[in-house]
Amino acid sequence: MALQPGSSLKEAFPVFAHHRELVFLDNAASCQKPVVVLEAMDKLYRTSYANVHRGVYQISEAATAQFEGARQDVARFINAASAEEVIFTRNATAALNVAAASLALGLKAGDEVLLTHLEHHANLVPWQEAAKRHQLVLKFIPVTEEGRLDLSSIDELINSRTKVLAITATSNVTGTVTELDKLIPKAKAVGATVVVDAAQAAQHLPLDVQALGCDLLAFSGHKVFGPSGIGVLWGRMELLSSLPPFEFGGNMIQEVSYESASFAPPPARFEAGTPPIAEAVGLGAAVKFIQQIGWGAICDYEEGLTRYALEKLVAVPGLRLIGPSTPEARAPVFSFVLEGVHPHDVASILDGVGVAVRAGHHCAMPLHKRFGLPATTRASFTIYNTEEDVNALVSGLAKARQMLAL
Amino acid sequence: MDLYQQNIMDYYKHPRKQGLPTGATHRGDMANPLCGDKIDLHLVMSGGTVTKAGWEGEGCVLSLAAADMLAEYLQGKSETEAGAVDQSWVKKSLGVSPSPSRLKCALLALEALQKALAKN
Repeated sequence: MALQPGSSLKEAFPVFAHHRELVFLDNAASCQKPVVVLEAMDKLYRTSYANVHRGVYQISEAATAQFEGARQDVARFINAASAEEVIFTRNATAALNVAAASLALGLKAGDEVLLTHLEHHANLVPWQEAAKRHQLVLKFIPVTEEGRLDLSSIDELINSRTKVLAITATSNVTGTVTELDKLIPKAKAVGATVVVDAAQAAQHLPLDVQALGCDLLAFSGHKVFGPSGIGVLWGRMELLSSLPPFEFGGNMIQEVSYESASFAPPPARFEAGTPPIAEAVGLGAAVKFIQQIGWGAICDYEEGLTRYALEKLVAVPGLRLIGPSTPEARAPVFSFVLEGVHPHDVASILDGVGVAVRAGHHCAMPLHKRFGLPATTRASFTIYNTEEDVNALVSGLAKARQMLAL
Repeated sequence: MDLYQQNIMDYYKHPRKQGLPTGATHRGDMANPLCGDKIDLHLVMSGGTVTKAGWEGEGCVLSLAAADMLAEYLQGKSETEAGAVDQSWVKKSLGVSPSPSRLKCALLALEALQKALAKN
């Protein structure tokens, strides 16, 4: 049977057989895993596991072929020009740390790094640290009350001092899909290097790194239905070849003497030590799973689900949505506060009726401050969620209001 | 286990010790930046005895109910008894054992008390 988004897709995810009533709405934090991912990892461990690269025996060759095959799957997933442009990291955060620390080495005091007020701490704190070390100036594209980027001063913000634009493709708080098609050409026009944090976008939107025209792009495996412990840093080969290694040790070298070492070309240069082998194989299975469903079907489905959820959520008495209230250019990630009910209580009461959501600042403290809130409750939907899941959320919210709003 | 059982909801909806007493001798404030919870706990201590206790703050049901139960308990206790209040007292008073992520909420007032006693 062809895979399609919606309730039938739950059958592909064993967790929903284990918890039949689970309404899982914490997909912005991490997604559940389809059986194809679990089987791919299990099969590797059971039949052909060994360390990759350099083993001349058969099962090491087999493990290496699967590991490198996964790199090709990921390259196809983001339309990279070659698999060698795909670096496996620990997660998106690790990838963004490499990007910030490595790019900063080529910058000088006073150079500007342009971020946005939407950024997750993972695409903010590494730049703050880089700025401290290299006396860089951080600038920010602000957000509107609706949680979209405010581009009214963009032509001043992107200027001859702008050396890096590091920007999220989709906010993990507001669900905002940023206008990369407008911003990347502007940044490239002043010679800036463009880093895209696609951690949140990768489960919702097709990513085509060549069409985007960015230089580096990061995402995590666990947010695209793959395992935790693996992420991706994609980079244009020309840029990757010019960057120094970030970590040192085995696998990333060409030749080593007691006194010095020369380094391998990318991607090995950025993959010191034994990589997450089974995790890469799991990620390969995950991105193929997404492609099997197809981006057309996913985007259509999620747009419908977003529309439905927005209609229902804005009608909840006392609910203030933090993020766009219209479905255009927005992912099904909904952060909100419920008048008279603390976000922790909202999340605990929803948990009591089988609805899993997150409460807190979602690794975006400055953005919450921008909206005058310490914390929100976040319900984030993906391809296996349904309109019934929206209904369960909304009825849980009514219960929370009834229990606590004075 | 129901975090929203009757006794907890009763303290949340009808706090006994909300409001800071005048002439406080011991003051402790704690905040959890992760969720924005804040508790200010003030004590009036006289002759080694807590004669008044009260709190102000904002937070979830657990953090506020626990603060109110604590302030109510402290009134009339000796400094030694106040210093002996611990996690297990908080859990016993609430009558629930919150998950690790929610336990932090329940313990905020206790941390404010410990801070108040340590400062003096």
